[in-house]
Amino acid sequence: MSEEHYLELCENPVQFENASSVNNVFFDEANKQVFAVRSGGATGVVVKGPDDKNSVAFRMDDKGEVKCIKFSIGNKILAVQRTPKSVDFISFIPDYPHLECSQECKMKNASILGFCWTNWNEIVFVTDQGIEFYQVLPDKRSLKLLKSQSVNVNWYMYCPETAVILLSTTAQGNVLQPFAFKSGTMSKMPKFEIELPVVPKPAKPNLTERDIAVATIYGQLYVMYLKHHSRTTDSPCAEVVLYQLPREGSYKKTNVLKLNTTGKFALNVVDNLVVVHHQSSQTSIIFDIKLREPDCALNVHQPVLPGRSIHPYRIPLTGLAAVPTQPPVPCELCILYETFSPACLTCAVCSPFASGYLWYLQVKLPPTVNLLQDKGKLMDFLLRRRDCKMVILSVCAQMLNGGDKGGLPVVATVFDKLNQVYKEYLEAEQTYTVATESGPSRGSAARERPVRTQAVIDQSDMYTHVLSSFSEKKDTSHKFIIAVLMEYIRSLNQVQITVQHYLYELVIKMLVQHNLFYMLHQFLQYHVLSDSKPLACLLLSLESTYPPAHQLSLDMLKRLSTANDEIVEVLLSRQQVLGALRFIRSVGGHGNISARKFLDAARQTADQMLFYTIFRFFEQRNMRLRGNPSFIPGEHCEEHVVYFKQVFGEQALMKQVTV
Amino acid sequence: MLMISPRMASGMQEKQYTPSLLSFFVYNPSFGSREGEEEKKILFYHPSEVEKNEKIRNVGLCEAIVQFTRTFCPTKPAKSLHTQKNRQFFFEAEDSFWIVMVVRNPMVEKPNKDGRPPTIEYQEEEILDTVYGAVLRECYSMYKLFNGTFGRAMEAGGVELLMQKLDKFFYRYLQTLHLQSCDLLDVFGGIAFFPLDKMTYLKIQSFVNRVEESLSLIKYTAFLYNDQLIWSGLEQDDMRILYKYLTTSLFPRHSEPELAGRDSPLRPEVAGNLLHYGRFLTGPANLKDPEAKFRFPRIFVNTEDSYEELHLIVYKAMSAAVCFMISASVELTREFCEQLDGLVGPQLTLLASDICEQYNVNRRISGPDKEPQFKFIYFNHMNLAEKSTIHMRKTASVSLTSVHPDLMKILGDINCDFARVDEDEEIIVKAMTDYWVVGKKSDQRELYVILNQKNANLIEVNEEVKRLCATQFNNIFFLD
Repeated sequence: MSEEHYLELCENPVQFENASSVNNVFFDEANKQVFAVRSGGATGVVVKGPDDKNSVAFRMDDKGEVKCIKFSIGNKILAVQRTPKSVDFISFIPDYPHLECSQECKMKNASILGFCWTNWNEIVFVTDQGIEFYQVLPDKRSLKLLKSQSVNVNWYMYCPETAVILLSTTAQGNVLQPFAFKSGTMSKMPKFEIELPVVPKPAKPNLTERDIAVATIYGQLYVMYLKHHSRTTDSPCAEVVLYQLPREGSYKKTNVLKLNTTGKFALNVVDNLVVVHHQSSQTSIIFDIKLREPDCALNVHQPVLPGRSIHPYRIPLTGLAAVPTQPPVPCELCILYETFSPACLTCAVCSPFASGYLWYLQVKLPPTVNLLQDKGKLMDFLLRRRDCKMVILSVCAQMLNGGDKGGLPVVATVFDKLNQVYKEYLEAEQTYTVATESGPSRGSAARERPVRTQAVIDQSDMYTHVLSSFSEKKDTSHKFIIAVLMEYIRSLNQVQITVQHYLYELVIKMLVQHNLFYMLHQFLQYHVLSDSKPLACLLLSLESTYPPAHQLSLDMLKRLSTANDEIVEVLLSRQQVLGALRFIRSVGGHGNISARKFLDAARQTADQMLFYTIFRFFEQRNMRLRGNPSFIPGEHCEEHVVYFKQVFGEQALMKQVTV
Repeated sequence: MLMISPRMASGMQEKQYTPSLLSFFVYNPSFGSREGEEEKKILFYHPSEVEKNEKIRNVGLCEAIVQFTRTFCPTKPAKSLHTQKNRQFFFEAEDSFWIVMVVRNPMVEKPNKDGRPPTIEYQEEEILDTVYGAVLRECYSMYKLFNGTFGRAMEAGGVELLMQKLDKFFYRYLQTLHLQSCDLLDVFGGIAFFPLDKMTYLKIQSFVNRVEESLSLIKYTAFLYNDQLIWSGLEQDDMRILYKYLTTSLFPRHSEPELAGRDSPLRPEVAGNLLHYGRFLTGPANLKDPEAKFRFPRIFVNTEDSYEELHLIVYKAMSAAVCFMISASVELTREFCEQLDGLVGPQLTLLASDICEQYNVNRRISGPDKEPQFKFIYFNHMNLAEKSTIHMRKTASVSLTSVHPDLMKILGDINCDFARVDEDEEIIVKAMTDYWVVGKKSDQRELYVILNQKNANLIEVNEEVKRLCATQFNNIFFLD
């Protein structure tokens, strides 16, 4: 069953000291840092981030109990809240003195609910009466108020990726007011109301921050509302309602995720998937909002996969406790669900140890392959994941190597999906190239080079990882192999991608191996295998086993129109000297051809009249070009002149006409 | 101009008779080598009412001629015998099995004055050995397609069975032979390929592969559109004769009233309760009929090596026809036919309208003015591809050509000349009637052009043909 856990915790969690009477622990979502503050900072503050770069340790004076502590972006300035009215700042700018200053909130009688850094030196205070947007001036040891807005606030939520703060207002708390921040500016976004399942009477705060999460999914900002089951409505199960908050324009209620159960939930967003943890069943389910459900109304989603628990994580005891021989102990993951973090990671406090852990949640793709039977849906799902390439290729390989029932229609669907993504990438690349070549003059906004994600599976990937080994399988019928190759070529053609020569070669190899020359002939007749010089040469090499290949090859060379030399070579090798000469004359290239090559070929036929004709042709050409029938030394035709004299006599040589 | 026999010439009451079949017989000299047993040699004789001794005499004569000519060239005995009144064609179809066809020469009956009997003038040189030799070989190929080889019949049921089969087959087949309208195309026995873009072709490939995968009983598939071939899973020679059968016999029989609206590519949704336009051309006419019989014609292919006997299922939707061939050892049931109908019908209907659309698009692009004003016949020995703008329509009953038979004969003559040598050649003929006839042979390809330019000279004709090659055949290697 372990191969069914499609969620796992990252290898290296952030480990920190557990909260206690002397140790306060804080988590900053923006920088993903855990702060362990011992004795108000006097005995040390240990900051740990997901990588070592973000880890700092320092001391500060104990000026009272710390309520909230956060670094600005880049660890430049530390903000510490100790009282409900003010926040203290300590500069951490390298090569700068640790200057300190303090700022009280402007509004009278307001108390600070919290603060968020929106930049390395810009901070927002959220109070119960509104928000205040400041710029910190560390060298002046002061703050400058940039903007403020007064509104009654129940609670707030911050999305660091987009620098958007969401405020809960009104008595019920269900009217959400977002603000967006960007380098010194603050903009108010349209507020919106969350429809509550039950309206309490009298009105009291009914929507809590536990039921709301903010996250970016597929580059868009969403507010996720966990709508619990209510007895009054007929929907017995909980659901997650997604509101999309576009940069401009008003919000939209876009998606509904059906949880099909009730209880306590926690939400995460990982790799653009919404992960919902269900506490009582210890399982998690995932939703992909781009995956359309055929049997559901538009934008109502069922879980992509059946619920599974997170892969058990074993904490190596050796690194922690004293008993080195003891095997790793499975961590108690139940606690995990109690810690609710809207950001892309999961916090946990681990009970058996005096230690806390912070993990990133990760999606493991290989187990999804067996859980999602519908291959088309599986491909849609995989193509949107970050580390999907090898999984997709293994799905393709597995699909072709039997075991699967879908057969060719499924193969076709999968190929079409892969090539659609491949095509979109090629098009973007093309537009970019055109744009950069046309110079920066046109379109001031410099285009960004399209990113090649792992979902771009090109022909060489398919060839190397799937098709070449598949075509060598002995236990698969060649009919199926050829059908699959043709299906791939069809799919590429459908989206107008130029098929690479090695794929044609594979097809030809299969056909030749099984003596299916007539099939090959028909493919070529309808130009299914596109013309190219290598293909023409390959056909020439087949001539001995399949004589018509000669004609096919010559036709192809003719169509290429850049292969006249090759055509001449082919004809000469078949001793069709006159034919070669007539051909080169018809395309107008006979002025500068090598006379020696033709004379050599004519000599080999042992046909003296043919030799005479060819010799005379070149004499006439020489006459036309240079006014003299004789060959120049550079043409190396001396031996042929000697032979000509020998056979036909000196007097047969063309005389130079002197005027 | 349509030639109908007998033809009435203007002025004098002259009657023209086209070539016709006098007799057709199959014999094996080894079956009655003793004197008095000669009748045993004869396996089939048409017309059957001919007196026994005459049959024996005629067979004996053929045997003697072949035997006699063998002394000059043991490997190539005589193929035909020219006489004033008729021409005989000999063909050794299988070891010691000979088929002979006797064709009466075309003739002109000139009435005489004073009530004297009319004089008959035989036109001995009008008919071509190559054309009728090919017709004879085709008779055998067609027999073999539906009955297998003579040898196999002998093995299975002796002479009686073979005679039975010959009788059953040729009795009907000879009635469909129309010797008056045989020409160069019979020599080629080519296949018209449907011009198609790559993508649509790949879709058809994909369709064929899918059907063969889900109905694994199917061994071979062939796909045709508008009576032209697009895909053949059969080998070339087998396809050639099957194609001939389909286009000259099966399709014409089925192309009648119900297809009146076939050019309107109605999608099945529009057609009300009909889900698709698919139907069986062989086998059951109506699947719903409880009395329907699920019997299909049987054909024999690859007779040289694996010798396979197959059911021939021909299924058609609009202008697209597909042949599915299934081993004859399998019994075909109602369930199978229903499954096939359900799977193939909708897909084929869609594909057929796709092809139709694509075809119309291509025609619009190339434009009507690109339609050749030339009359030509093209044939490629390599893939049997044939194209004729001379023949309006070729069916079993009649072949309509748009040129005078004399010109067709010139084409046949040029073809004979080409057959004699291996090298590339070009022949230009000025016909009696101001027509120019040009024949070109390049590698395995032959092209025949008929030009009607009264005062054109040789150079102009040559230029004209070059232009034709450049526009019509620019994507193949065709030496000037």
